[in-house]
Amino acid sequence: MPELTTEVDRLSLVIEIGGMPVRINTTDPDFLRMLENRYSGFISSSEHAEISFDMELTAATFTDPDADVQVSQRMGRWTLLRGDFRAEWEPSLRTGWIRQTANPYSIDAVLRIVHTLVLARQGGFLLHSASAIRNGKAFLFAGVSEAGKTTISRLAPPDTTLLTDEISYVRKQDNGYIAYGTPFTGELAKLGENVSAPIAALYLLAKGKENRIDPIPPGQAARSLLANLLFFAEDEELVQSTFHSAFEFVSRVPVSRLTFVPDARVWELIG
Amino acid sequence: MSRLYLARNPRVAARSLDGEMMIMSGRDSTLFTLNKTATILWQSADGATPLDQIVELRICREFQVEPAQALQDAETLARELASHEILQISEEPIPQPSPAAGGSR
Repeated sequence: MPELTTEVDRLSLVIEIGGMPVRINTTDPDFLRMLENRYSGFISSSEHAEISFDMELTAATFTDPDADVQVSQRMGRWTLLRGDFRAEWEPSLRTGWIRQTANPYSIDAVLRIVHTLVLARQGGFLLHSASAIRNGKAFLFAGVSEAGKTTISRLAPPDTTLLTDEISYVRKQDNGYIAYGTPFTGELAKLGENVSAPIAALYLLAKGKENRIDPIPPGQAARSLLANLLFFAEDEELVQSTFHSAFEFVSRVPVSRLTFVPDARVWELIG
Repeated sequence: MSRLYLARNPRVAARSLDGEMMIMSGRDSTLFTLNKTATILWQSADGATPLDQIVELRICREFQVEPAQALQDAETLARELASHEILQISEEPIPQPSPAAGGSR
């Protein structure tokens, strides 16, 4: 029955973000197609996966869809819980499961959380920032909601490659840092390109009456970076690790304030 | 009057950058930036040196303040830092874990 074997094999795909392949196994072909569309450009043809999740799709909605996310570890097993999903992941076995309804938002949140946990042990992190590559170098633009991440992304000239308009993926490598494209989108609703480049600068965004770059003191740079990090785990060891990673980052990557008016000339200062 | 001893909570992460001491709670990720006096208390909190000695040797010399008032202010500050679980305070010396176990750099 070769057709049956082929059919089963197809109900699985590998989503590779930041160079980390994650396999999703599902028995629902519609959900699989939805994932293929949602993560287009980040689907790997490789059989290899660092983590393999079994999907358990439920018909019923959860009791409290607005509940805060809870991420905790017990006996080497992570539990990820939000109003709209529950997931468990055991790093030593590289396996886990996700229970949710057939929607793209829940699994997106699970992936973000899993990547923050993996990166935290490796000196990297996810950051609330837009990022783009220009002239072979990556530039990050951090800020809270309304700071201008989507605006600066929209204004990017044709010679730039957008990595994300919302969540930047930062991985430590040797003495520097690499930014990877992500499918985690903001208002622009446009997936980043699945490419990477060494990070040349982090800009803290501020809207103003002129385009200018100003240096900021190291302490303020560290505080701003920490304020924009994505981190969910209630885990002292990972909190400490992420804290120190932020300081390592600001000691190696220039951090400045980028004040800009919303027009394309701001990109004359970048790159 | 009993003496007070201070020790760093090993469950927080600490870094000094450009003269600023920043502490992050490992429990709830709250970030604290210490002022100069709090930084001195943190740096001197070895579990063995009593607070009055820290005040006399570090704070009074640094800030040219009257010892009795400085001790009272330092004790208030130490208790506040303890309430945020940055410092541990005790009326007895506080045994310290081996250096490799700490979260400070």
